[in-house]
Formats: sequence, C-alpha cells, structure tokens
Amino acid sequence: MEQYSSKVMEHFAHPHNVGEIENADGVGTVGNPVCGDVMRLYIKVDNNTITDAKFKTFGCGAAIATSSMVTDLVKGKTIDDALKISNAAVAEALGGLPKVKMHCSVLAEEALKSALDDYYKKKGIPSPVKMPAETGHEHEGE
Amino acid sequence: MRKVYLDHAATTPAHPKVVEAMMPFFTAKFGNPSNLHDVGREAKNAVEEARSKTAALIGSKPEEIFFTSSGTESNNFAIKGLAQANSQKGKHIIVSQVEHFSVLHPVKTLEKAGFAVTAVPPSREGLVDPAHISKAITKETVLVSVMHANNEIGTIQPIAEIGKITREKGILFHTDAVASVGWIPVDVQALGVDALSLSGHQFYGPKGAAALYVRKGVRIKPQIEGGVQEDGRRGGTENVPAIVGLGKAAEIAAADMGNRAASLTPLRDRLLAGLKQRVPDMFLNGHPERRLPHNVNVSFLYVEGESMLLFLNMEGIYVSSGSACTSRSLKSSHVLSCIGTDAAAANGTLLMTLGTGTSAEDVDYVLEKLPPIVERLRSMSPLYEDVVKSRKKT
Repeated sequence: MEQYSSKVMEHFAHPHNVGEIENADGVGTVGNPVCGDVMRLYIKVDNNTITDAKFKTFGCGAAIATSSMVTDLVKGKTIDDALKISNAAVAEALGGLPKVKMHCSVLAEEALKSALDDYYKKKGIPSPVKMPAETGHEHEGE
Repeated sequence: MRKVYLDHAATTPAHPKVVEAMMPFFTAKFGNPSNLHDVGREAKNAVEEARSKTAALIGSKPEEIFFTSSGTESNNFAIKGLAQANSQKGKHIIVSQVEHFSVLHPVKTLEKAGFAVTAVPPSREGLVDPAHISKAITKETVLVSVMHANNEIGTIQPIAEIGKITREKGILFHTDAVASVGWIPVDVQALGVDALSLSGHQFYGPKGAAALYVRKGVRIKPQIEGGVQEDGRRGGTENVPAIVGLGKAAEIAAADMGNRAASLTPLRDRLLAGLKQRVPDMFLNGHPERRLPHNVNVSFLYVEGESMLLFLNMEGIYVSSGSACTSRSLKSSHVLSCIGTDAAAANGTLLMTLGTGTSAEDVDYVLEKLPPIVERLRSMSPLYEDVVKSRKKT
C-alpha cells in the first residue's frame, strides 16, 4: 500500500476538533462499520457562519485525518462556502491520499453535507444540499 | 524506544547461523547444481544436504522434498499438480473455507477448468470437523486440502484424523503447513498426508526458499516446466543460497522444537490474559487451546484495526490487522468472516505473532501501550459514543 503523507500522519496522530458539540445545529453521520469507517460531524452555526465543528470517527488513519481536516476547513466559513468543499479539496489539503484511501475524503465531504442537510432540516428550511455520488468502496479482488 | 516485532506470521528474521551458512553460496561456492564439474557438484551437495535437513524436520525422506520459491508456489504446485496429474480418478476437490488464498485461488482456477469443489465451513473457533470432510467425499473426490494451522487465527486442525479418512478412501490429502512448520512438531507420517507445504522465511530461514513434500509414488504435474531440476518436478536453476538457508533453519528448528512451544505459550497467554484484564469489549478469534503457541488474534469492538496498528507503530510495536482498511481490496479477512466474526468487529482486529526473541518485557510493554490506544480511539469513535449512550439509558 502507498504510504501516508506527513500531513496525513500529523492529522492522524494529533487530530483537530475531536469531540461532540452539545445541542449542535447540525449533525451528520455517514459510513458503515462493516466497510471500516463511520464519521459523525457536528456543526455550530451562527449568522450563517460555521463557528465550530467537531467530529467522531471510527476508521483508518485516512478517515481520521480527513475528518480532522474537513473540520478545520469549515470553521469560519459561511454555509454557502462550506457547501463548496469537495473531497478533492480535503485530500489536497492533506498533501494527497493513497488511491485506495480516496473514499475517506469522499466520506468527509458526505459527513459535512449530511451535517449541513441536518442544519437546514432543523431550521425548517428546504435543504439545497446535494449528497455526492457514492464513489466509495470498490469491493473486488483480494 | 523499545522495538517489539509481533508480526512473525508475516515473516521472521533469518537466524544469524542461517545467514552465515548462506553467504559462501553467493560467492566462493556459486556453482550451478546441474553442472557435473566440481564447482557444480559443490552446490549440488549443499542443496542435497539442505533437502535432508528439511526432510528430517517433517519426518519425510529427502527425495520426497521439492524445493520451490515460496509457500504460495508450494500450494499452487500441490493443488494444481496433484489434481491435474490424478484427474483420471475423479474431478472433485474438497478444501476448507479458511484456507489461504494460495490454495483457494488455484482451486477456483481448477473449478473453471471443469473440477467440482466443496469448501467445508469451519466452526466458530476455526476448526474443520473431520466428519464434514467425510460427508463431502464423493466417488469423484481426488484431492482434499486442509491447512495444518491457520496463518491468521492460529487454529490447529485435526489433520491426522482427516488423514485417516482420506487414506481409507484412497484420496490424496494435502496440507498447507506454512504457518506451523518450525513452530510445532510436524510429522508427515503421523499426519497421514500425501503432500505438505512449508516456507523458510516463516521460521527463521530466508525469503525465496520453500518446499513441497510429496509422498513417494504420488503423481504430481510440474507447474514450472522446461528444466530437469528437482527430479524434473520443478524447473529453474535452484536458489542455492536460500535453499541452504532453509536447510539450516530446518536444522535449528528441529533441535529447538521442544523449547519453542514451551517458551512461547506462556508469553502468548500472558499477552492475552493481560489484554483481557485491561481492555473491556474485546475477544479472542480462533480456538483457545488448539492454537499456534505464538498466535494472538483479538478483536477490539468500536475501534478500527489500521488506526491501532499505526499508533502501535509510533510506539515501536509492529503488528498486523484483519481490518478492511489495511487490505488493498478494502475487504476484511475472509478467515474472520467464515468463522462468523461480526464484520464490524473484524475491522477492529489485531494479529500479534510472537517469536523466539520475544521477551516477557516485550509483552509487558505491549500491555502498557496498547490499552490506552484502544481507549483513545474509543473516545473518538461514534460507535462507542452510541454504545455508551445506550448503556446509560438502560
């Protein structure tokens, strides 16, 4: 398997924003323990701006690192800007991911979108969030 | 920082005496065993000496040992070679579901070529029931292959009992003993097998030398053709230094055999008991007693294996994981899934295999470092969060 970048290892070993937010404005849980990763992302929103983000993740090194990075990226962003964060941006900010771990960045994007979707629902606003296409695991070969 | 290598099932370091024995065969004694002159004969003699030592380790005759390049090649050779050479007797093969892919994939290839295959499921502890093998036998059955010990969960199969059944019925019986040879006594007569695979780097020999035992008189079709080496069964110039190393490793293992299990078993049990004491929500995979003396395979609920592996790596502890994330295919271990380990738990599995150099201090170091890693990962696991919340409610 390809090695992780030093940035990935840094975020894995010392992840930012681990934890829960009590009475969060939006919570999104994505993934599946059978596949090996589950991400839960909490956001606090004030005045259309994400003022805080925290996560809990069950998963591999890449899953933890992408969770850490996506929470870093969204903090201080307006909701509209947060919606534009793609999995590629998360992976790029981490100095790249091994090919077989790219699905972890997809999961991070999904977790964020799911949390934003939840935020809209809680507010009673029709959600503009489009969940990204499932480009996750390709179960083939051994 | 202490370095604790607990991945001996992946590979072992070559014993210093093995390396010493190999060295002359790269330079001064570089000959090709096929040559009649003195330089060739010197190499030939060394290969034959290694054959005798390898045979002695498993109680076979030297001429029943065929050197190969790897355990994978030995298994491919056994499955395809035995099935193809004896297909006039029938075209049905029986294997267990816990076999290594180097057995299962050749079997799949034979299935595509017209063979019928029965894959017998193991028990929750990974044991294959000889009665299930017996029941699966048909008039068409030509070959049974069940591994001696499983490379992941360490369960030791009742090979001698299966051997009795196959012998009575006149069916060929192969066992993949790659994980067990060098660690526990292996005797082809006592096991009643017609073929057996072993690999040097699994027990302090070098990488690149392995062997297949084939009982005298059993027909096997060569899989590497075009050479007279290995009595015409396996073409290609011999990897003389590695074969010499394998022979030396076999000699050392034979002399040390009583000692290995006796010193490893208490360390294995110390590790497992210590973990059970310190970490809640974990369980052992495989059979508690019928297991390799150096194998600990445990699943930690609510955490993922690769993360544990990486944190352990930072502490100088080197282990393997059965998690989907550590495999290139993103599938968790087929062994864990066929013994019924829950797929989510399988992702939280660590395989720790001790070696002859592992000390009680090494084990205690793991017992000091691993529990906080599990605890830390649980503290950031949404699965654990859900469990804690639901436990609070009840």
